[in-house]
Amino acid sequence: MIYQKDTAEPSYLDYKGKYKGIFSWIFSTDHKRIALLYMFSILTFFAIGATLGLLMKFELIAPGRTIMSAQAYNAFFTLHGIIMIFAVVIPGLPAVFGNFLLPIMIGAKDVAFPRINLLSWYLYVTGVSLVVISQFTGQGPPDTGWTFYAPYSFRTAGNMLPAVFGAFVLGFSSILTGLNFLVTIHRMRAPGMTWLKMPLFPWTLYATGWVQLLATPIIGITLLMIVAERTLHIGFFDPTLGGDPLLYQHLFWTYSHPAVYIMILPAMGAISEIITTYSHKAIFGYKFMIASVLAIAFVGYFIWGHHMFTSGMSGTALYTFSLLTFIVAVPSAIKVFNWIATMHQGSIDLQTPFYWAMAFLFVFMIGGFSGLILGSLAANVHLHNTHFVVAHFHFIVFGGTGFAFFGAMHYWYPKITGRMYDTRWANIGLVLFFIGFITLYGPMFYLGFKGMPRRYYDYDEVFHAGNIVSTMGSWVLYSGLVIIVINLFASLKSKIKAPSDPWGGKTLEWTIPSPPPVENFEEIPTVTKGPYNYS
Amino acid sequence: MENEKNHIIPYRTFLFVLAGLITLTLTSAVVTQISLGTFTVAIALIIATIKSSLVLRVFMHLKFESRMFSLAVIAVVLLIATVIIITLLDYLYR
Repeated sequence: MIYQKDTAEPSYLDYKGKYKGIFSWIFSTDHKRIALLYMFSILTFFAIGATLGLLMKFELIAPGRTIMSAQAYNAFFTLHGIIMIFAVVIPGLPAVFGNFLLPIMIGAKDVAFPRINLLSWYLYVTGVSLVVISQFTGQGPPDTGWTFYAPYSFRTAGNMLPAVFGAFVLGFSSILTGLNFLVTIHRMRAPGMTWLKMPLFPWTLYATGWVQLLATPIIGITLLMIVAERTLHIGFFDPTLGGDPLLYQHLFWTYSHPAVYIMILPAMGAISEIITTYSHKAIFGYKFMIASVLAIAFVGYFIWGHHMFTSGMSGTALYTFSLLTFIVAVPSAIKVFNWIATMHQGSIDLQTPFYWAMAFLFVFMIGGFSGLILGSLAANVHLHNTHFVVAHFHFIVFGGTGFAFFGAMHYWYPKITGRMYDTRWANIGLVLFFIGFITLYGPMFYLGFKGMPRRYYDYDEVFHAGNIVSTMGSWVLYSGLVIIVINLFASLKSKIKAPSDPWGGKTLEWTIPSPPPVENFEEIPTVTKGPYNYS
Repeated sequence: MENEKNHIIPYRTFLFVLAGLITLTLTSAVVTQISLGTFTVAIALIIATIKSSLVLRVFMHLKFESRMFSLAVIAVVLLIATVIIITLLDYLYR
């Protein structure tokens, strides 16, 4: 049992509560245990999603059928998309690191509604289970892609309703988490922690909470409209019933584009914490960083139409959405410049999480710039629905959120587990992951530019070389992933215990023991200084 | 805390609001019988807005809360309105 040096209270990992064994986890309302429940669930689904992706890439190693039929490929990319978007990247950073660290970083003992927090996890598991059930019941798995586009989504013979309903339930989980975080930040900050003394990670969770609360209900009602259309034949989206297919796209993307910011904003928050800690220097432009977070969340609400440039919208809408898309790049660029300025003249400590943050910057910028190409109306006509789009969003969503997730994992691992991990294996895993990532997704830009469409299991011979490279990249990436995960699990048994502040961080989580005691703080701290006081 | 005070509203006020809501509902039903062209939807929305404001302010106690909560509600309404306006940029100019 790891008892803390400065407190008699056992850590949250050793606390003996009312329940024992697995029940002490699945009935726990402790935000730290719920965070780990999310972590294991998300990693499990991530492993499933990644394996599906690996198999899809194997199918594409050569033209024609390689290991699966066209219908199976459709089902694979649908399930890969639904799992990765709804079950991995949307809840990823907020549900795992937000849950674990938000109360600690603002000096609270728990979130505002601990039971609702546990309910969110149950809803999450229920939602994903429904999606998985849809694969094995009814008349075959859904084959619409993760976007469930109408009118195909209510005409396909695939088992759509459980999948759609699963996504609906997952939305509720997200709303409750967002609500919980908003109330926690408004009401439970430690004495002295004014808004401008709050670290950036909680700030990003705050902006994310608003997006979760205000955008998610739109997808909920849209998915219910699909159910109503399929079962009651009410014409919302089906032209033969008097509906409008474009209305579905508007409603779907009104949520799903802000959802990108649910994924990326906490990632940006984690990267901010990592860069400032390992630079041993206060974050450059703290107030501008906050303003840019809020600006991204706000403007990000109004740019959904750039997913629909070729769908037949009016010219006025096209110009408006293109302009707004370019505007959202401004606050994102401010963040990148500020991260670089933070490192300038800093005393940089080259640790694994810092490498992850650098890799994040690299891939995020490629993802961002390729987004600007797609935001240009004329270029979009050529590139829409090609592999260029697949490359762009994997660079942003997997590159952005994924790299930040693993960076955060290595950054807060000592705090969460009370153990230090093997740095050498962690770095080897990172290098393989990075090389694999670039090799896997880099060629997709070229393939898309040359005209290879997405979501096809077959392709013309002219695309063969690029696909071979890309498939080989998936093997390297997967190898890196396996090494990273094995290293982190093996390090749970490491003999090297983590001190309370192994990296020299300044935010509140580094002032309490590793792993934290059940109630986080023996005494609620009074905050007198800013979050990054390196002077 | 100001927000945690109990506010006792007389039954008479509730009855007045209820009567107002019923009257507005009947009004919106009657208005559909009159041919107002493009204004039909606008009038229905205006009546619905008045009704929801009454519910928010009286039944949901927003009139007793700090101004911050009112501002939050107004901000959310403006946000949704902006989303609808941007969507209409497609539908009205298609």
